[in-house]
Amino acid sequence: MNSTYLWYATRASGIVALVLLTLTMVLGLVTTSRPRARNWPGFAQQELHRRISILAVVFLAVHVVTSILDTYVHIGWFAIAVPFASPYSRFWVGLGAIALDLMVAVFVSSLLRSHLKPGTWRAIHWLAYASWPIALIHTFGLGTDSREHWVIALGAICVLSVGLSLAWRIRATAKQRATVPAVTSHVVPLNRHATTARTRAGRYDA
Amino acid sequence: MSGLRITIDPVACEAYGYCAELLPEAISLDEWGYPIVDGRPLHPELVALAKRAARDCPKRAITLREKTSG
Amino acid sequence: MTHSASPAQALHNVHRLLGHPSDLKGHLDAHGPLNVALGRNGSWQQGLMSSLEDSRLTGRGGGAFPASIKLELAQSAGGGGTVVVNAMEGEPASDKDTLLLTRTPHLVLDGAQYLAALCRAVRIVVCIPIGRDSVAAAVNQAMRERSRNNHAPVREEMVRPPGRFIAGEESALANWMQSARSLPVLRPDKGAPLRIGRRPALVHNAETLAHIALIARHGAGPFRARGMTEEPGTSLVTISGDVTYPGVVEVDRGTPLWDIAIRSQPAEPVQALLVGGYGGTWIGPEHFGTPYASIPLRTIGAAAGAGVIVVLGETSCGLAESARIARYLADENAGQCGPCVNGLPAIADGMAQLARGEGRYDDITRLQRRLSEVNGRGACRHPDGAVSLVRSALAVFAGDLDAHGRGQPCPHWRKLTSLRFPYPIRL
Repeated sequence: MNSTYLWYATRASGIVALVLLTLTMVLGLVTTSRPRARNWPGFAQQELHRRISILAVVFLAVHVVTSILDTYVHIGWFAIAVPFASPYSRFWVGLGAIALDLMVAVFVSSLLRSHLKPGTWRAIHWLAYASWPIALIHTFGLGTDSREHWVIALGAICVLSVGLSLAWRIRATAKQRATVPAVTSHVVPLNRHATTARTRAGRYDA
Repeated sequence: MSGLRITIDPVACEAYGYCAELLPEAISLDEWGYPIVDGRPLHPELVALAKRAARDCPKRAITLREKTSG
Repeated sequence: MTHSASPAQALHNVHRLLGHPSDLKGHLDAHGPLNVALGRNGSWQQGLMSSLEDSRLTGRGGGAFPASIKLELAQSAGGGGTVVVNAMEGEPASDKDTLLLTRTPHLVLDGAQYLAALCRAVRIVVCIPIGRDSVAAAVNQAMRERSRNNHAPVREEMVRPPGRFIAGEESALANWMQSARSLPVLRPDKGAPLRIGRRPALVHNAETLAHIALIARHGAGPFRARGMTEEPGTSLVTISGDVTYPGVVEVDRGTPLWDIAIRSQPAEPVQALLVGGYGGTWIGPEHFGTPYASIPLRTIGAAAGAGVIVVLGETSCGLAESARIARYLADENAGQCGPCVNGLPAIADGMAQLARGEGRYDDITRLQRRLSEVNGRGACRHPDGAVSLVRSALAVFAGDLDAHGRGQPCPHWRKLTSLRFPYPIRL
């Protein structure tokens, strides 16, 4: 296959995968339990998050396969999974390998969700928080298109979206915790975590 | 009528509300967002949706039981 | 039952829990030796099992589950388990278990030994909450006496879980023993025995074990000689409230409620009785003649519960006292289940509003709706108890409800409460 076409395919699918991953992150972040907005279709959003993540993985696969098939630079199958094993641009490709490994873990664990303990699944899913920034740095670090204005703009939009979504999520979770009715102070907590022993003096001075 | 009934684990449930979205015929939400089920057997047409709700609950709080009696 | 009654025992062939000697020697003189046949002595075990079944003894901790059936379920779960003595007594209005363990700990511990032999348990754990140090000291002393005199075939230990209302719930107790968290566990299958780790656990109220010890020693006869035919035996009842002599009495099952209440000499005319505990039911004067037994109580919507009767005098405000209880129950939720965590405080707020005379028709309707919604939607029976209490209050104090709902609360709603709480409850 013509090396140039493969190279274009690698770059294009990489950027598309990054955008789709960003979208996946946003859809996954902008949720809380006990939603305030009654009319928001939470289940549909969860389903969309899933399907877009699958789409992202498809483009990721194209990105990885075309990069190996392209013989102009040598990367090799081994370097895809093992970080920093590529003779070409060792560091940046290595970052890509790390991001790929993490994403595969997230994806596979979600497929096997019903066989995992909820805590295990949740812990692995949180690896996504690591894989996304690494993918972003890999994109701009490799540098092929990263000096194009539109690519920089795209990158900025991705960072902004995830940043705002994360901020929203943190704030929404904190607000929600505050709505759980507190109880008057007790000396003896029910458990080590002492959730029912928080003192909210005066709150029930009805 | 199938004998399949929806049961909610109240400890696991955190009021995401996805189940009520999928299955408003059988699950309604109280004023704090937690599901209310009446314990009656599910209509056969709703069973597929109920299984999906159980599978996709973020907290795995829904189970479908084949209850005999009491 | 193959044992011979000593002359001393003949004096004690009437079944009673109170008034026995506290020390080990006195206990053995009064009731004879423990005679637990460990190992697979089939006939001894059969004999004891059939005594328990004949006695129709039910749990005295609130569940009222037949002791013999509970034992069979535990036996089928295998050996190597634990017998748990539930002396948590989180119910503020109850003192009976504390009394038993302070005055006659050996009866309770013997009961545990008999059950341990029957279900091949390897240890007995007595649960005394943090904060009841005098009870713990008494039990400790008794356990030392027993081990010194080789009177404890199965090892006896004591643990100190948190002193909270919900911590005494059966599944919360078992959960605490394996995870240090006093949180009730959802039990869709009531027949499945509790477990601590992989081993089964048989949890029993202290009073129930004391009854078992006497039945094991003297057979089911003395137990059945008291109480009713359908529901034999005695019960300990703690009477409190607007009475001159609050305390614990031992009554025959089937005694009319009023006959129990007057033993504490109410200080003024009585407007209502709270039966079962703070998660129980208010009873109006028309039902004061109801026998203190499961079936008669159930027909008026009540239950013996934790063996508690609180007397409400004329000069107390039933709605205000119920509002205080509702607030206490709301504060004591385990924090696990949304309907309870959110619903009980909302119900308590509604009751407080009513008590202060600030509630109106809409507020009462909203309260009723919340009661229906919260009922039965927790992992344990805690919200159900709160609902029962508030519903019965709205029914029994309907007259007051009218006045309070029109902005005219009883003048004495602010009166110092006659109820007991472990910490101050503000309305």
